[in-house]
Amino acid sequence: MNEIKFQEKIDSERKIEPKDWMPEDYRKHLIRQISQHAHSEIIGMQPEGNWISRAPSLRAKMILLAKVQDEAGHGLYLYSACETLGVSRQELIQQLHDGKAKYSSIFNYPTLSWADMGAIGWLVDGAAIVNQVSLQRTSYGPYSRGMIKICKEESFHQRQGYEIMAEMASGTPEQKEMAQDALNRFWWPSIMMFGPQDGDSPRTGNAMKWKIKRQTNDELRQSFIDKTVHQAEIIGLTIPDPDLKWNEERGHYDFGKMDWDEFWDVVNGKGPCNKQRLDHHKKAHIDGKWVRDAAKAYSEKQKDLVIN
Amino acid sequence: MSLLNYTLRIADSSLISGQRLAEWCSNAHTLEEDIALSNIALDLFGQANILLEYASDLDGKKTADDFAFKRNEREFFNLKLTEQPNGHFGDTIVKLFLFSSFNFLFYNKLSQSKNENLSAFAFKSLKEVKYHLKHSKSWIVRLGDGTKESNKKVQESLNSMWEFTGEFFEMDEIDIELNKKGIGVNNKSLKEDWNNIINTTILESKLKRPEDGYMQTGSKNGLHTEHLGHLLSEMQYLQRAYPNAKW
Repeated sequence: MNEIKFQEKIDSERKIEPKDWMPEDYRKHLIRQISQHAHSEIIGMQPEGNWISRAPSLRAKMILLAKVQDEAGHGLYLYSACETLGVSRQELIQQLHDGKAKYSSIFNYPTLSWADMGAIGWLVDGAAIVNQVSLQRTSYGPYSRGMIKICKEESFHQRQGYEIMAEMASGTPEQKEMAQDALNRFWWPSIMMFGPQDGDSPRTGNAMKWKIKRQTNDELRQSFIDKTVHQAEIIGLTIPDPDLKWNEERGHYDFGKMDWDEFWDVVNGKGPCNKQRLDHHKKAHIDGKWVRDAAKAYSEKQKDLVIN
Repeated sequence: MSLLNYTLRIADSSLISGQRLAEWCSNAHTLEEDIALSNIALDLFGQANILLEYASDLDGKKTADDFAFKRNEREFFNLKLTEQPNGHFGDTIVKLFLFSSFNFLFYNKLSQSKNENLSAFAFKSLKEVKYHLKHSKSWIVRLGDGTKESNKKVQESLNSMWEFTGEFFEMDEIDIELNKKGIGVNNKSLKEDWNNIINTTILESKLKRPEDGYMQTGSKNGLHTEHLGHLLSEMQYLQRAYPNAKW
Protein backbone atom coordinates (compact mmCIF):
# COMPACT_ATOMS: atom_id res chain seq x y z
CA MET A 1 0.00 0.00 0.00
CA ASN A 2 2.74 2.38 1.12
CA GLU A 3 4.74 1.44 -1.90
CA ILE A 4 1.90 2.27 -4.30
CA LYS A 5 1.30 5.66 -2.70
CA PHE A 6 5.03 6.32 -2.76
CA GLN A 7 5.26 5.55 -6.47
CA GLU A 8 2.18 7.67 -7.17
CA LYS A 9 3.82 10.58 -5.45
CA ILE A 10 6.94 10.13 -7.54
CA ASP A 11 4.98 9.75 -10.75
CA SER A 12 3.09 12.95 -10.05
CA GLU A 13 6.40 14.80 -9.60
CA ARG A 14 5.96 15.55 -5.91
CA LYS A 15 9.13 15.47 -3.78
CA ILE A 16 9.78 12.84 -1.15
CA GLU A 17 10.67 14.49 2.16
CA PRO A 18 12.65 13.02 5.10
CA LYS A 19 9.59 12.14 7.21
CA ASP A 20 7.69 10.50 4.34
CA TRP A 21 7.50 6.75 4.06
CA MET A 22 10.02 5.36 1.59
CA PRO A 23 11.11 1.86 0.53
CA GLU A 24 14.27 0.73 2.30
CA ASP A 25 16.01 0.29 -1.05
CA TYR A 26 15.19 3.87 -2.04
CA ARG A 27 16.75 5.09 1.20
CA LYS A 28 19.82 2.90 0.71
CA HIS A 29 20.22 3.97 -2.88
CA LEU A 30 20.07 7.62 -1.87
CA ILE A 31 22.54 7.23 0.98
CA ARG A 32 24.96 5.51 -1.35
CA GLN A 33 24.57 8.08 -4.11
CA ILE A 34 24.54 11.24 -1.96
CA SER A 35 27.41 10.14 0.25
CA GLN A 36 29.45 9.18 -2.79
CA HIS A 37 28.73 12.62 -4.12
CA ALA A 38 29.71 14.26 -0.79
CA HIS A 39 32.94 12.26 -0.57
CA SER A 40 33.76 13.27 -4.14
CA GLU A 41 33.47 16.94 -3.23
CA ILE A 42 35.74 16.45 -0.24
CA ILE A 43 38.37 14.22 -1.86
CA GLY A 44 38.15 16.52 -4.90
CA MET A 45 39.60 19.31 -2.77
CA GLN A 46 42.98 17.57 -2.83
CA PRO A 47 43.98 17.57 -6.51
CA GLU A 48 43.15 21.26 -6.79
CA GLY A 49 44.44 22.06 -3.33
CA ASN A 50 47.74 20.74 -4.68
CA TRP A 51 48.14 23.97 -6.69
CA ILE A 52 46.89 26.70 -4.34
CA SER A 53 50.36 27.41 -2.99
CA ARG A 54 51.74 27.61 -6.55
CA ALA A 55 49.00 29.54 -8.34
CA PRO A 56 50.70 31.94 -10.76
CA SER A 57 48.92 35.19 -9.86
CA LEU A 58 47.13 36.68 -6.89
CA ARG A 59 43.87 36.55 -8.78
CA ALA A 60 44.34 32.91 -9.78
CA LYS A 61 45.24 32.03 -6.22
CA MET A 62 42.13 33.65 -4.78
CA ILE A 63 39.83 32.09 -7.36
CA LEU A 64 41.27 28.63 -6.85
CA LEU A 65 41.11 28.84 -3.07
CA ALA A 66 37.53 30.12 -3.22
CA LYS A 67 36.64 27.26 -5.53
CA VAL A 68 38.14 24.59 -3.30
CA GLN A 69 36.36 26.21 -0.38
CA ASP A 70 33.08 25.97 -2.29
CA GLU A 71 33.70 22.27 -2.65
CA ALA A 72 34.05 21.92 1.11
CA GLY A 73 30.72 23.76 1.36
CA HIS A 74 29.11 21.40 -1.16
CA GLY A 75 30.39 18.48 0.87
CA LEU A 76 28.69 19.96 3.92
CA TYR A 77 25.31 20.39 2.16
CA LEU A 78 25.47 16.86 0.87
CA TYR A 79 26.46 15.30 4.19
CA SER A 80 23.54 17.17 5.72
CA ALA A 81 21.18 15.91 3.02
CA CYS A 82 22.43 12.42 3.78
CA GLU A 83 21.89 12.89 7.50
CA THR A 84 18.18 13.45 6.83
CA LEU A 85 18.12 9.79 5.80
CA GLY A 86 19.25 8.71 9.24
CA VAL A 87 23.01 8.30 8.92
CA SER A 88 25.57 10.54 10.66
CA ARG A 89 28.47 12.36 9.05
CA GLN A 90 30.82 10.42 11.32
CA GLU A 91 29.45 7.10 10.02
CA LEU A 92 29.79 8.28 6.44
CA ILE A 93 33.40 9.31 6.95
CA GLN A 94 34.10 5.98 8.60
CA GLN A 95 32.67 4.21 5.54
CA LEU A 96 34.97 6.26 3.35
CA HIS A 97 38.00 5.40 5.47
CA ASP A 98 37.07 1.72 5.54
CA GLY A 99 36.89 1.69 1.76
CA LYS A 100 33.15 0.83 1.86
CA ALA A 101 32.06 4.12 0.30
CA LYS A 102 33.39 5.29 -3.03
CA TYR A 103 34.07 8.70 -4.51
CA SER A 104 34.48 9.81 -8.09
CA SER A 105 37.47 8.06 -9.65
CA ILE A 106 38.56 11.17 -11.49
CA PHE A 107 40.19 12.42 -8.30
CA ASN A 108 42.54 9.47 -8.27
CA TYR A 109 44.53 11.09 -11.05
CA PRO A 110 47.36 13.48 -10.17
CA THR A 111 47.43 17.18 -11.06
CA LEU A 112 50.79 17.65 -12.72
CA SER A 113 50.72 21.17 -14.12
CA TRP A 114 48.83 24.41 -13.70
CA ALA A 115 46.85 23.56 -16.83
CA ASP A 116 45.30 20.72 -14.85
CA MET A 117 43.46 23.38 -12.85
CA GLY A 118 41.95 24.44 -16.13
CA ALA A 119 41.16 20.91 -17.25
CA ILE A 120 39.52 20.02 -13.95
CA GLY A 121 37.34 23.12 -13.95
CA TRP A 122 36.40 22.81 -17.58
CA LEU A 123 35.98 19.05 -17.94
CA VAL A 124 35.48 17.59 -14.49
CA ASP A 125 33.21 20.34 -13.23
CA GLY A 126 31.65 20.50 -16.68
CA ALA A 127 30.75 16.82 -16.50
CA ALA A 128 29.57 17.24 -12.93
CA ILE A 129 27.25 20.07 -13.98
CA VAL A 130 25.59 18.00 -16.69
CA ASN A 131 24.89 15.38 -14.06
CA GLN A 132 23.85 17.83 -11.37
CA VAL A 133 21.56 19.90 -13.55
CA SER A 134 19.69 16.69 -14.18
CA LEU A 135 19.72 15.90 -10.44
CA GLN A 136 18.07 19.22 -9.55
CA ARG A 137 14.86 17.41 -10.48
CA THR A 138 15.65 14.32 -8.43
CA SER A 139 12.74 12.98 -6.39
CA TYR A 140 14.25 13.38 -2.91
CA GLY A 141 13.58 16.94 -1.64
CA PRO A 142 16.76 17.68 0.38
CA TYR A 143 18.97 16.28 -2.39
CA SER A 144 17.16 18.26 -5.06
CA ARG A 145 17.42 21.51 -3.11
CA GLY A 146 21.11 20.87 -2.39
CA MET A 147 21.72 20.38 -6.10
CA ILE A 148 20.02 23.65 -7.01
CA LYS A 149 22.37 25.51 -4.66
CA ILE A 150 25.42 23.60 -5.86
CA CYS A 151 24.69 24.09 -9.56
CA LYS A 152 24.89 27.85 -9.23
CA GLU A 153 28.44 27.62 -7.93
CA GLU A 154 29.53 24.87 -10.26
CA SER A 155 28.86 26.92 -13.35
CA PHE A 156 31.27 29.54 -12.01
CA HIS A 157 33.82 26.77 -11.48
CA GLN A 158 33.50 25.57 -15.00
CA ARG A 159 33.95 29.08 -16.39
CA GLN A 160 37.10 29.66 -14.38
CA GLY A 161 38.52 26.35 -15.60
CA TYR A 162 37.74 27.13 -19.21
CA GLU A 163 39.28 30.59 -18.78
CA ILE A 164 42.55 29.05 -17.56
CA MET A 165 42.57 26.66 -20.53
CA ALA A 166 41.77 29.44 -23.00
CA GLU A 167 44.53 31.66 -21.64
CA MET A 168 47.09 28.90 -21.71
CA ALA A 169 46.07 27.67 -25.14
CA SER A 170 46.70 31.15 -26.52
CA GLY A 171 49.87 31.70 -24.47
CA THR A 172 53.49 30.68 -25.03
CA PRO A 173 54.22 27.38 -26.83
CA GLU A 174 55.03 25.83 -23.47
CA GLN A 175 51.70 26.91 -22.04
CA LYS A 176 49.84 25.56 -25.03
CA GLU A 177 51.66 22.26 -24.65
CA MET A 178 50.67 22.09 -20.99
CA ALA A 179 47.05 22.81 -21.89
CA GLN A 180 46.94 20.10 -24.56
CA ASP A 181 48.67 17.64 -22.26
CA ALA A 182 46.12 18.32 -19.53
CA LEU A 183 43.27 17.76 -21.98
CA ASN A 184 44.89 14.52 -23.15
CA ARG A 185 45.18 13.19 -19.63
CA PHE A 186 41.76 14.29 -18.35
CA TRP A 187 39.51 13.70 -21.35
CA TRP A 188 38.86 9.98 -21.04
CA PRO A 189 38.59 9.87 -17.25
CA SER A 190 36.15 12.81 -17.52
CA ILE A 191 33.77 11.13 -19.91
CA MET A 192 33.93 7.99 -17.83
CA MET A 193 32.78 10.03 -14.82
CA PHE A 194 29.21 9.40 -15.96
CA GLY A 195 29.66 5.79 -15.00
CA PRO A 196 29.30 2.49 -16.89
CA GLN A 197 27.38 2.29 -20.13
CA ASP A 198 23.66 1.75 -19.63
CA GLY A 199 23.79 -1.95 -20.39
CA ASP A 200 26.37 -2.43 -17.63
CA SER A 201 24.78 -0.21 -15.00
CA PRO A 202 22.78 -2.56 -12.79
CA ARG A 203 21.17 0.07 -10.57
CA THR A 204 19.90 2.37 -13.30
CA GLY A 205 16.49 0.64 -13.48
CA ASN A 206 15.31 1.43 -9.96
CA ALA A 207 16.98 4.82 -9.92
CA MET A 208 15.02 5.83 -13.01
CA LYS A 209 11.75 4.36 -11.76
CA TRP A 210 12.12 6.28 -8.49
CA LYS A 211 13.26 9.35 -10.41
CA ILE A 212 16.42 9.60 -8.34
CA LYS A 213 18.10 9.76 -11.74
CA ARG A 214 16.26 11.42 -14.60
CA GLN A 215 18.63 10.57 -17.40
CA THR A 216 20.83 7.53 -18.00
CA ASN A 217 24.62 7.56 -17.85
CA ASP A 218 24.90 7.36 -21.64
CA GLU A 219 22.44 10.19 -22.25
CA LEU A 220 24.34 12.45 -19.86
CA ARG A 221 27.70 11.49 -21.34
CA GLN A 222 26.50 12.23 -24.85
CA SER A 223 25.18 15.62 -23.84
CA PHE A 224 28.51 16.51 -22.22
CA ILE A 225 30.52 15.44 -25.26
CA ASP A 226 28.25 17.32 -27.65
CA LYS A 227 28.74 20.61 -25.86
CA THR A 228 32.44 20.20 -25.08
CA VAL A 229 33.71 19.45 -28.60
CA HIS A 230 32.86 22.95 -29.78
CA GLN A 231 34.45 24.54 -26.71
CA ALA A 232 37.72 22.75 -27.45
CA GLU A 233 37.63 23.94 -31.07
CA ILE A 234 37.18 27.56 -30.04
CA ILE A 235 40.38 27.58 -28.01
CA GLY A 236 42.31 25.51 -30.54
CA LEU A 237 42.83 22.33 -28.53
CA THR A 238 42.36 18.81 -29.87
CA ILE A 239 40.26 16.24 -28.07
CA PRO A 240 42.37 13.05 -27.97
CA ASP A 241 39.85 10.82 -29.74
CA PRO A 242 40.47 10.03 -33.43
CA ASP A 243 36.98 8.52 -33.71
CA LEU A 244 35.22 11.69 -32.66
CA LYS A 245 32.90 12.63 -35.54
CA TRP A 246 29.61 14.47 -35.99
CA ASN A 247 26.84 12.04 -36.85
CA GLU A 248 24.23 13.90 -38.90
CA GLU A 249 21.67 11.15 -38.54
CA ARG A 250 21.86 10.88 -34.75
CA GLY A 251 22.36 14.61 -34.29
CA HIS A 252 25.21 13.78 -31.90
CA TYR A 253 28.94 13.19 -31.92
CA ASP A 254 30.12 9.61 -32.27
CA PHE A 255 33.11 8.87 -30.09
CA GLY A 256 35.71 6.19 -29.53
CA LYS A 257 35.84 3.26 -27.16
CA MET A 258 36.37 3.96 -23.50
CA ASP A 259 38.87 1.88 -21.55
CA TRP A 260 36.59 0.30 -18.97
CA ASP A 261 39.36 -1.95 -17.68
CA GLU A 262 41.23 1.11 -16.52
CA PHE A 263 38.03 2.60 -15.13
CA TRP A 264 37.27 -0.45 -12.99
CA ASP A 265 40.89 -0.74 -11.88
CA VAL A 266 40.81 2.81 -10.57
CA VAL A 267 37.38 2.33 -8.98
CA ASN A 268 38.72 -0.73 -7.21
CA GLY A 269 41.76 0.95 -5.75
CA LYS A 270 44.35 0.52 -8.49
CA GLY A 271 44.76 4.11 -9.61
CA PRO A 272 47.71 6.50 -9.38
CA CYS A 273 46.43 8.43 -6.34
CA ASN A 274 43.87 6.19 -4.61
CA LYS A 275 46.07 5.47 -1.64
CA GLN A 276 47.42 9.00 -1.42
CA ARG A 277 43.96 10.61 -1.42
CA LEU A 278 42.54 8.33 1.24
CA ASP A 279 45.67 8.51 3.40
CA HIS A 280 45.55 12.31 3.22
CA HIS A 281 41.95 12.37 4.40
CA LYS A 282 42.62 9.88 7.18
CA LYS A 283 45.69 11.76 8.35
CA ALA A 284 43.81 15.07 8.61
CA HIS A 285 41.09 13.29 10.55
CA ILE A 286 43.52 11.58 12.93
CA ASP A 287 45.72 14.65 13.39
CA GLY A 288 42.65 16.68 14.26
CA LYS A 289 41.35 14.33 16.93
CA TRP A 290 42.95 16.22 19.81
CA VAL A 291 41.33 19.43 18.57
CA ARG A 292 37.88 17.88 18.29
CA ASP A 293 38.35 16.34 21.74
CA ALA A 294 39.34 19.71 23.19
CA ALA A 295 36.35 21.46 21.64
CA LYS A 296 34.04 18.80 23.02
CA ALA A 297 35.59 18.91 26.50
CA TYR A 298 35.33 22.69 26.54
CA SER A 299 31.71 22.71 25.48
CA GLU A 300 30.84 20.12 28.16
CA LYS A 301 32.51 22.28 30.81
CA GLN A 302 30.43 25.24 29.66
CA LYS A 303 27.23 23.19 29.93
CA ASP A 304 28.21 22.20 33.48
CA LEU A 305 28.73 25.86 34.32
CA VAL A 306 25.23 26.70 33.15
CA ILE A 307 23.66 23.82 35.06
CA ASN A 308 25.50 24.54 38.30
CA MET B 1 60.08 55.55 -1.22
CA SER B 2 59.28 55.37 2.49
CA LEU B 3 55.61 55.08 1.71
CA LEU B 4 56.21 52.25 -0.76
CA ASN B 5 58.28 50.41 1.78
CA TYR B 6 55.68 50.96 4.49
CA THR B 7 52.93 49.67 2.21
CA LEU B 8 54.91 46.58 1.30
CA ARG B 9 55.46 45.71 4.95
CA ILE B 10 51.73 45.54 5.58
CA ALA B 11 51.00 43.83 2.27
CA ASP B 12 53.69 41.20 2.77
CA SER B 13 52.48 40.21 6.22
CA SER B 14 49.01 39.60 4.81
CA LEU B 15 50.30 37.75 1.77
CA ILE B 16 52.65 35.44 3.64
CA SER B 17 50.11 34.83 6.36
CA GLY B 18 47.51 33.93 3.73
CA GLN B 19 49.93 31.64 1.96
CA ARG B 20 50.53 29.71 5.18
CA LEU B 21 46.85 29.51 6.11
CA ALA B 22 45.92 28.30 2.64
CA GLU B 23 48.20 25.31 3.25
CA TRP B 24 45.51 24.10 5.65
CA CYS B 25 43.02 23.60 2.85
CA SER B 26 41.77 19.96 3.05
CA ASN B 27 43.82 19.38 6.22
CA ALA B 28 41.68 20.78 9.02
CA HIS B 29 40.02 18.69 11.74
CA THR B 30 36.49 19.40 10.49
CA LEU B 31 35.01 20.66 7.25
CA GLU B 32 33.69 23.71 9.07
CA GLU B 33 37.18 24.69 10.19
CA ASP B 34 38.59 24.00 6.76
CA ILE B 35 36.11 26.53 5.39
CA ALA B 36 36.86 29.06 8.15
CA LEU B 37 40.62 28.93 7.59
CA SER B 38 40.17 29.28 3.83
CA ASN B 39 37.93 32.27 4.44
CA ILE B 40 40.56 33.97 6.52
CA ALA B 41 43.25 33.17 3.98
CA LEU B 42 41.03 34.68 1.27
CA ASP B 43 40.61 37.87 3.32
CA LEU B 44 44.36 38.09 3.72
CA PHE B 45 45.04 37.58 0.01
CA GLY B 46 42.44 40.23 -0.70
CA GLN B 47 44.21 42.64 1.65
CA ALA B 48 47.58 41.88 0.10
CA ASN B 49 46.12 42.42 -3.35
CA ILE B 50 44.74 45.87 -2.51
CA LEU B 51 48.03 47.01 -1.04
CA LEU B 52 50.20 45.53 -3.77
CA GLU B 53 48.03 47.31 -6.33
CA TYR B 54 48.69 50.49 -4.41
CA ALA B 55 52.39 49.66 -4.27
CA SER B 56 52.27 49.22 -8.03
CA ASP B 57 50.77 52.72 -8.40
CA LEU B 58 53.47 54.17 -6.17
CA ASP B 59 56.20 52.34 -8.03
CA GLY B 60 54.91 53.15 -11.52
CA LYS B 61 56.53 50.11 -13.19
CA LYS B 62 55.96 46.88 -11.35
CA THR B 63 52.56 45.22 -11.19
CA ALA B 64 51.01 43.81 -8.04
CA ASP B 65 51.93 40.32 -9.26
CA ASP B 66 55.52 41.41 -9.89
CA PHE B 67 55.70 42.44 -6.27
CA ALA B 68 54.27 39.15 -5.08
CA PHE B 69 56.06 36.77 -7.41
CA LYS B 70 59.31 38.40 -8.47
CA ARG B 71 60.94 39.69 -5.32
CA ASN B 72 63.57 37.72 -3.40
CA GLU B 73 63.73 36.95 0.31
CA ARG B 74 65.69 40.08 1.17
CA GLU B 75 63.08 42.25 -0.53
CA PHE B 76 60.17 40.95 1.55
CA PHE B 77 59.18 42.84 4.69
CA ASN B 78 56.54 40.65 6.34
CA LEU B 79 56.68 40.07 10.08
CA LYS B 80 58.74 36.99 10.83
CA LEU B 81 55.82 35.50 12.74
CA THR B 82 53.81 35.16 9.55
CA GLU B 83 56.34 33.02 7.70
CA GLN B 84 56.68 30.42 10.47
CA PRO B 85 55.54 26.95 9.38
CA ASN B 86 52.00 25.95 10.30
CA GLY B 87 52.92 23.17 12.71
CA HIS B 88 49.83 21.64 14.30
CA PHE B 89 46.49 23.39 14.59
CA GLY B 90 47.47 24.92 17.96
CA ASP B 91 50.61 26.48 16.47
CA THR B 92 48.62 27.93 13.58
CA ILE B 93 45.89 29.30 15.80
CA VAL B 94 48.39 30.92 18.16
CA LYS B 95 50.13 32.55 15.19
CA LEU B 96 46.82 33.78 13.86
CA PHE B 97 45.70 35.05 17.24
CA LEU B 98 48.91 36.97 17.92
CA PHE B 99 48.94 38.43 14.43
CA SER B 100 45.24 39.34 14.43
CA SER B 101 45.33 40.91 17.88
CA PHE B 102 48.11 43.19 16.71
CA ASN B 103 46.52 43.87 13.33
CA PHE B 104 43.20 44.71 14.90
CA LEU B 105 44.84 47.54 16.87
CA PHE B 106 47.13 48.52 14.03
CA TYR B 107 44.34 48.81 11.45
CA ASN B 108 42.19 50.67 13.92
CA LYS B 109 44.85 53.39 14.06
CA LEU B 110 45.76 53.16 10.39
CA SER B 111 42.14 53.81 9.45
CA GLN B 112 42.77 57.36 10.70
CA SER B 113 45.78 57.82 8.42
CA LYS B 114 46.01 61.00 6.37
CA ASN B 115 46.83 58.81 3.39
CA GLU B 116 43.45 57.99 1.89
CA ASN B 117 44.56 54.73 0.31
CA LEU B 118 45.88 53.39 3.57
CA SER B 119 42.98 54.64 5.65
CA ALA B 120 40.38 53.18 3.27
CA PHE B 121 42.29 49.91 3.18
CA ALA B 122 42.52 49.76 6.97
CA PHE B 123 38.86 50.61 7.41
CA LYS B 124 37.84 47.78 5.11
CA SER B 125 40.28 45.31 6.60
CA LEU B 126 39.33 46.08 10.16
CA LYS B 127 36.02 44.29 9.78
CA GLU B 128 37.81 41.21 8.49
CA VAL B 129 40.46 41.28 11.17
CA LYS B 130 37.84 41.53 13.89
CA TYR B 131 36.51 38.21 12.71
CA HIS B 132 40.01 36.69 12.50
CA LEU B 133 40.63 37.79 16.07
CA LYS B 134 37.31 36.48 17.28
CA HIS B 135 37.77 33.15 15.55
CA SER B 136 41.33 32.58 16.71
CA LYS B 137 40.59 33.76 20.23
CA SER B 138 37.68 31.37 20.54
CA TRP B 139 40.02 28.52 19.62
CA ILE B 140 42.72 29.67 22.06
CA VAL B 141 40.09 29.51 24.79
CA ARG B 142 38.76 26.12 23.71
CA LEU B 143 42.20 24.59 23.39
CA GLY B 144 43.54 26.20 26.56
CA ASP B 145 40.51 25.18 28.61
CA GLY B 146 39.78 21.94 26.72
CA THR B 147 41.74 18.83 27.65
CA LYS B 148 45.07 18.48 29.43
CA GLU B 149 46.68 17.57 26.14
CA SER B 150 45.29 20.57 24.31
CA ASN B 151 46.28 22.92 27.13
CA LYS B 152 49.83 21.60 27.04
CA LYS B 153 50.04 21.81 23.29
CA VAL B 154 48.72 25.33 22.92
CA GLN B 155 50.88 26.54 25.82
CA GLU B 156 53.92 25.20 23.99
CA SER B 157 52.80 26.92 20.81
CA LEU B 158 52.43 30.19 22.66
CA ASN B 159 55.86 29.82 24.24
CA SER B 160 57.53 29.12 20.94
CA MET B 161 55.83 31.92 19.00
CA TRP B 162 56.33 34.52 21.69
CA GLU B 163 59.75 35.63 20.49
CA PHE B 164 58.17 36.83 17.25
CA THR B 165 55.90 39.37 18.95
CA GLY B 166 58.63 41.91 19.70
CA GLU B 167 58.64 43.02 16.07
CA PHE B 168 55.05 44.25 16.30
CA PHE B 169 56.02 47.29 18.31
CA GLU B 170 59.30 48.28 16.68
CA MET B 171 59.68 51.73 15.17
CA ASP B 172 62.43 52.34 12.62
CA GLU B 173 63.21 55.52 10.68
CA ILE B 174 60.46 54.92 8.14
CA ASP B 175 57.86 54.34 10.84
CA ILE B 176 58.94 57.46 12.69
CA GLU B 177 58.93 59.58 9.55
CA LEU B 178 55.47 58.45 8.43
CA ASN B 179 54.04 58.67 11.91
CA LYS B 180 55.18 62.27 12.11
CA LYS B 181 53.40 63.00 8.83
CA GLY B 182 50.19 61.50 10.19
CA ILE B 183 50.37 58.65 7.66
CA GLY B 184 51.78 55.77 9.68
CA VAL B 185 51.00 54.32 13.08
CA ASN B 186 53.00 54.66 16.26
CA ASN B 187 53.40 50.94 16.93
CA LYS B 188 54.77 51.48 20.41
CA SER B 189 51.51 53.10 21.45
CA LEU B 190 49.62 49.87 20.69
CA LYS B 191 51.46 47.83 23.28
CA GLU B 192 49.21 48.53 26.23
CA ASP B 193 45.99 47.62 24.45
CA TRP B 194 47.68 44.57 23.01
CA ASN B 195 48.75 43.46 26.47
CA ASN B 196 45.14 43.77 27.58
CA ILE B 197 43.84 41.57 24.78
CA ILE B 198 46.55 38.99 25.40
CA ASN B 199 46.22 38.96 29.17
CA THR B 200 42.43 38.67 29.15
CA THR B 201 42.53 35.84 26.65
CA ILE B 202 45.29 34.03 28.46
CA LEU B 203 43.40 34.24 31.73
CA GLU B 204 40.22 32.92 30.16
CA SER B 205 42.14 30.11 28.48
CA LYS B 206 43.89 28.92 31.62
CA LEU B 207 47.25 29.51 29.97
CA LYS B 208 50.36 31.29 31.20
CA ARG B 209 51.80 34.35 29.58
CA PRO B 210 55.37 33.57 28.46
CA GLU B 211 58.19 35.66 29.88
CA ASP B 212 59.63 38.25 27.51
CA GLY B 213 63.06 36.89 26.62
CA TYR B 214 64.99 37.04 23.37
CA MET B 215 62.92 38.81 20.74
CA GLN B 216 63.40 38.30 17.02
CA THR B 217 63.93 41.36 14.86
CA GLY B 218 64.97 42.24 11.31
CA SER B 219 61.97 41.92 8.98
CA LYS B 220 61.77 45.67 8.42
CA ASN B 221 65.18 45.30 6.76
CA GLY B 222 64.28 42.17 4.86
CA LEU B 223 66.01 39.84 7.28
CA HIS B 224 64.04 36.64 7.76
CA THR B 225 64.07 33.15 9.17
CA GLU B 226 65.12 30.36 6.81
CA HIS B 227 61.49 29.38 6.26
CA LEU B 228 60.66 32.31 3.99
CA GLY B 229 62.95 31.22 1.16
CA HIS B 230 61.21 27.87 0.87
CA LEU B 231 57.78 29.45 1.01
CA LEU B 232 58.72 31.85 -1.79
CA SER B 233 60.33 29.24 -3.99
CA GLU B 234 57.05 27.34 -3.94
CA MET B 235 54.79 30.36 -4.29
CA GLN B 236 56.80 31.94 -7.09
CA TYR B 237 57.61 28.78 -9.03
CA LEU B 238 55.48 29.33 -12.14
CA GLN B 239 56.31 32.99 -12.57
CA ARG B 240 60.01 32.19 -12.23
CA ALA B 241 60.02 29.10 -14.43
CA TYR B 242 58.12 30.78 -17.28
CA PRO B 243 59.10 34.46 -17.12
CA ASN B 244 57.52 35.29 -20.49
CA ALA B 245 54.18 33.69 -19.86
CA LYS B 246 50.99 35.50 -18.91
CA TRP B 247 48.59 33.74 -16.56
